[in-house]
Amino acid sequence: MSQLLKSPKSSWLTSPTTRALGALVIVFVIGLIFNADGAFLKWGTHRDMLRAVSVYGLLACGMTLVIITGGIDLSVGSILGISAVSFSLFCIHFSWPFYIAIIVCLLIGLACGAASGLIISRFNIQPFIATLAMMVFARGLAKWISGGQKISTAVQQADGTYEYVPEPAVFNFINSKILWDNISVVTVIFLVCLLITAILLAKLRLGRYLYAIGGNEEAARLSGVPVNAIKVLAYAMSGLFCAVAGICQASQELQGDPEAGFTYELSAIAMVVIGGTTLRGGRGGIGLTLLGVLIIGYLEKILSINAVGEDKRLMLTGAIIVGAVLLQKTKK
Amino acid sequence: MASPLDQNATSCLLNMQNIFKSFGSVDVLMDVNFDLYPGEVHILAGENGAGKSTLIKILGGVYTDGSGSMVVNDKEVDFKSVQDATSAGISIIHQELSLIGPLSVWENIFLGKEKSSYQWLDKSHMVDYSRKILEKFDLDINPKRAVDEFSIGIQQMIEIAKALAFNARIIVMDEPTSALTEPEVKKLFKIIEQLKEQGCGIVYITHKMEEIYSIADRITVLRDGQYIGTETAENLPSEKLIQWMVGRELDQQFPRHAPHVGDTGLQVTDLFVPGTATNPAPRVNHVSFSVKAGEILGIAGLQGSGNSELLNGIFGTYGKSAKGSIKIDGAEYIPDSPAASIQRGLALLTNDRKTNGLVMDLNIIENATLASLPAYSRRLWLKPAAESKAAKDITKSLRLKAESLYQYVDALSGGNQQKVVMAKWILTHPKVLLLDEPTRGVDIGAKHEIYELMNQWTKDGIAIVLITSEMPELLAMSDRIIVMHRGQVTAEFDRDNATQEKILTAALGERKTA
Repeated sequence: MSQLLKSPKSSWLTSPTTRALGALVIVFVIGLIFNADGAFLKWGTHRDMLRAVSVYGLLACGMTLVIITGGIDLSVGSILGISAVSFSLFCIHFSWPFYIAIIVCLLIGLACGAASGLIISRFNIQPFIATLAMMVFARGLAKWISGGQKISTAVQQADGTYEYVPEPAVFNFINSKILWDNISVVTVIFLVCLLITAILLAKLRLGRYLYAIGGNEEAARLSGVPVNAIKVLAYAMSGLFCAVAGICQASQELQGDPEAGFTYELSAIAMVVIGGTTLRGGRGGIGLTLLGVLIIGYLEKILSINAVGEDKRLMLTGAIIVGAVLLQKTKK
Repeated sequence: MASPLDQNATSCLLNMQNIFKSFGSVDVLMDVNFDLYPGEVHILAGENGAGKSTLIKILGGVYTDGSGSMVVNDKEVDFKSVQDATSAGISIIHQELSLIGPLSVWENIFLGKEKSSYQWLDKSHMVDYSRKILEKFDLDINPKRAVDEFSIGIQQMIEIAKALAFNARIIVMDEPTSALTEPEVKKLFKIIEQLKEQGCGIVYITHKMEEIYSIADRITVLRDGQYIGTETAENLPSEKLIQWMVGRELDQQFPRHAPHVGDTGLQVTDLFVPGTATNPAPRVNHVSFSVKAGEILGIAGLQGSGNSELLNGIFGTYGKSAKGSIKIDGAEYIPDSPAASIQRGLALLTNDRKTNGLVMDLNIIENATLASLPAYSRRLWLKPAAESKAAKDITKSLRLKAESLYQYVDALSGGNQQKVVMAKWILTHPKVLLLDEPTRGVDIGAKHEIYELMNQWTKDGIAIVLITSEMPELLAMSDRIIVMHRGQVTAEFDRDNATQEKILTAALGERKTA
């Protein structure tokens, strides 16, 4: 058996895709066994799971781009927060048309990400530090914009009383399900962003440069790759996906919470790493991240339909992250 | 003292018999024999991929699943770990530095062997001992300083000192001189003499012919995992040795053709590269020279002479901190970024393909097209078919050997890795090729192919600037040679009147007057 594993022909057996897929299958089988009186066998359960992971998945898309360059983005949760607050503010208080609100939110996310990227590449500061700073700054910005309040449909009037305004239609649309209630709009948005990331990584020159920078930044620079610009772009793309996630989050909660997205960066990183993209950079891909998203999503869902308490859920999730990463380390 | 080759007089230090080892279904060692006597230098020779490193790793306890018998000091051994090998008196100096940069010299020397009383480190004892060891090597450095404050050459010497600090009797040196300057090499050879007198046995791996014959007592040759033979150095002249190694006769070791010199290809005027924070002396101090199309200009110089920095300065590696002007085919510009230099027809093959030449996480095709990717894309979109065709054609013309072009480059041998880097640069259609140690860590067969390629490129009108630490290579391949010392040019020679002595004199700083 060890003979077989060592021979080059069996390399697909040890490839990260096979491993992540294997882990997903195991989780899925567990779900089939502990199916909570058939709850796991209903499409609605899967649809709800997909809906629940979509916001995290959006963050994981950007995180994948950044991690492939050998960096990390700790600011994703905070940028989500700014975006959620701004979107609510624009739609509910300013009554802007939804498309303008969306565009401005995307630009805010893009700008935050680009700022991290510029600090990292221009001043040669470690991504961990630069995005940690952005994480703190953006959270502050979200609280400042919102005045520390949740931006909801209860709008304070001039005389100090609150009056409920109707929910903006765009909130309801994003929060709805389509195809005869079979799939959530947020899931569709996530899948579209996933596809964009996949194309970017596999088909565009930019994608090749991301891998090259993560693999060997100095070799890439000496080969004429515009390293600094590409890095800024990677963080800007991450910021953009965070803004999309923030819009989805605001729509789902029907409000803009300045605390939205708190600690989400850790889930996003976990999803990328469980998928098999290495934190070292240079290897991995968005397909792996999708598998990571599904593994965590199913795990949470199975635990929740079986009414496992949050305490045990967190402990189990922690253990499983270690297990999944160990599984990938066995490759020499 | 008994002659080291009088094998009956002294007992054998090491005897490895019928060694087999395979990785999966691939046999890498097939019935290999190797022995070592006290007081001898035994060269282990062979092309890259011949199995030398594998054999050394079995000896060092890194690979524990080889078969065959191994006798150390008349005792049959079966190493289960590196520690087993170390305690049997085996010390290996690996090709890649194994020092921990931020730790001090003494901490590195004593790593894993710390002296302590009740968990408290006995620092003063270890520092003193380290200083004594370093003095043995004429290394006048403070053992309390961090290793990465020193040059690569010094670090290599520290590595050697570390390996010899604890009375090993079987010492393996795997290309120990690849980062050393001439004087440091001399120092190392002196130490090897001392070790021989103390009764140590030395297994020595090198690709440099001149080195083999200056220190070898016996030579064992491996080829494709097979044992070819063992012979004393006197009885194995270099032609025969090469024949053993490559399995065929090379018609000519250095086949430089007559140059087809054209117009001036590259003109460098007053290039200046400032010093670093740790060493403020300018790395390149107002250097001017020119190379013609079709010409190979050799740049000689010892470690730290600034010759490598000169090439990097021309190429724009140092960004805006380098000053001076470059003319390529008459068009003038200031070298401020690699990207701009590539566009103007410059290509730099760096002296360390692992650190800054290849991206190990990309496959052969992706590495080959990395510097010319815009040519293989339409707007932002890659054209995979055009890309793989270009890579296929160029790697075929460079005679690159690989199972598949989709394999990661880290699985390739040194020579083939170097060809991938060359493919990358040739695909940029350069007018000027800057080659910094193009044959470092490359086996003899591949070296020969690289020389032939250089002939071909100059015939195609490319101007080549060549740096190599192998003097015979420099003398044979260069049409003209300039010599650098402390960032300045100290001499220039034509092919016909350059000799090893003249170059070394100039490299040591003697200015040629008139």
